[in-house]
Amino acid sequence: MEQRKVMINVNNLNKSFGELHVLKDVNLEVHEQDVVVLIGASGSGKSTLLRCLNYLEYKESGTITIDGKVIEPDQTDLNKVRQEVGMVFQHFNLFPHKTVLENVIEAPVMVKKIPKEEAIEEGRALLKKVGLADKEHVYPSKLSGGQKQRVAIARSLAMKPKIMLFDEPTSALDPELVGEVLSTMKDLAREGMTMLVVTHEMGFAREAADTVVYMHDGKIVEKGTPSDIFSQPKHQRTKDFLGTIL
Amino acid sequence: MKGLLLTLQITVVSVLIGTVVGLLFAFFKLSNSKILNWIANVYIAIIRGTPLIVQIFFFYFGLAELGISSYWCATLGLALHNSAYIAEIFRGSIQSINKGQLEAGRSLGMSTALAMRRIVLPQAFRRALPPLGNQFIIGLKDSSLAAFISSSELFNVATTQGSRTFEEMTYLLIVAIYYLVLVLLFTLLVNKLERKIAGGDE
Ligand SMILES: Nc1ncnc2c1ncn2[C@@H]1O[C@H](COP(=O)(O)OP(=O)(O)O)[C@@H](O)[C@H]1O
Ligand SMILES: [Mg+2]
Repeated sequence: MEQRKVMINVNNLNKSFGELHVLKDVNLEVHEQDVVVLIGASGSGKSTLLRCLNYLEYKESGTITIDGKVIEPDQTDLNKVRQEVGMVFQHFNLFPHKTVLENVIEAPVMVKKIPKEEAIEEGRALLKKVGLADKEHVYPSKLSGGQKQRVAIARSLAMKPKIMLFDEPTSALDPELVGEVLSTMKDLAREGMTMLVVTHEMGFAREAADTVVYMHDGKIVEKGTPSDIFSQPKHQRTKDFLGTIL
Repeated sequence: MKGLLLTLQITVVSVLIGTVVGLLFAFFKLSNSKILNWIANVYIAIIRGTPLIVQIFFFYFGLAELGISSYWCATLGLALHNSAYIAEIFRGSIQSINKGQLEAGRSLGMSTALAMRRIVLPQAFRRALPPLGNQFIIGLKDSSLAAFISSSELFNVATTQGSRTFEEMTYLLIVAIYYLVLVLLFTLLVNKLERKIAGGDE
């Protein structure tokens, strides 16, 4: 195996909501430029795992290391960490009171204090990249779901993150709009972005993933290459789950 | 005419002060601090639980001795009265903004304060506009109570003119029409404003 930097390291991560133990001793490693697809039934803790990685939820125990730095909420500037870990949500969460371009330049200008002209230039380049160059002055309410999600991706990329997290980015979309978002994500993977993606789009996993991770009930049951997981899963649970979605 | 201007002045100034104070108490109510929650709850309960005229007299007798004019006593009384209602308006509108908005801002590296200021509050203000307009209209009519501490605003002018000329009914009718016209004009203005900023909404 080639030696590549470990971008995300999760070690014995635990998280509960009150009595509910949601993540149970989760261990995970994502190397630089890897695309890891996370699958598992609804409620198995996939979103919680992603949200712990950029500290939208606080872990209970265990360690999270991002790009070689151990993240401890009381010692680390979490806002800085979040700048480096982009997140794309199922429901886009675009800012409805801002145009497409304003959505994209908001954080670079307000957080990174990049001069506005520069941010606009970079923002336009990103919009072009996701195929929405002609929409920069449009408000999100005028966009289709697929277009919204592509703006959301551009908005995250504008912070030049080292890692991108995707939480079911296509599951709120009409079927005919899924493809355009997946192809944007594949472009990103090809460019070498490190990505952790929760999705049940098996075509995407086959084509773009280096590793597929199957989660059940807060635990990682199995991980492997897409072909291993899809063709010869080792665990009965994985087989049963794949049976329900394929 | 002077009475009209004073009425408008009392209303606008008291609603402006009420908005600032109201926003402050809305944050108190939304804060994680139990003490701030409690302060806001007590404040709002007292103001909503007592008649406005009592509050105005309270300020009048409390502050007039310190050399503060009856205009400012009335304005401050109305401002604090408005602020309790405005606090509830802002609290509701801030809570009505989807949690995902704050999270999206945070996930881009914004501090909570910045995400509040840039993302949540602008949307919340927009949603608060119709009830704020409503509160302004209530404030406009409530400003007539300032007459009781001899501010020569619209209502006071009407009653003094009325008793001077023994044509109370005429002056009451005139003053009612004044208020009505003011309210209608203002309603038009708010509607226009709402339509203008509706552009970017989801
Ligand atoms: N903020 C929260 N408060 C309480 N329970 C939560 C919260 N978020 C998620 N959960 C619970 O944690 C479990 C895992 O949720 P989630 O991580 O969203 O699963 P998935 O994304 O795999 O569907 C579920 O039982 C869910 O109800
Ligand atoms: Mg989920």
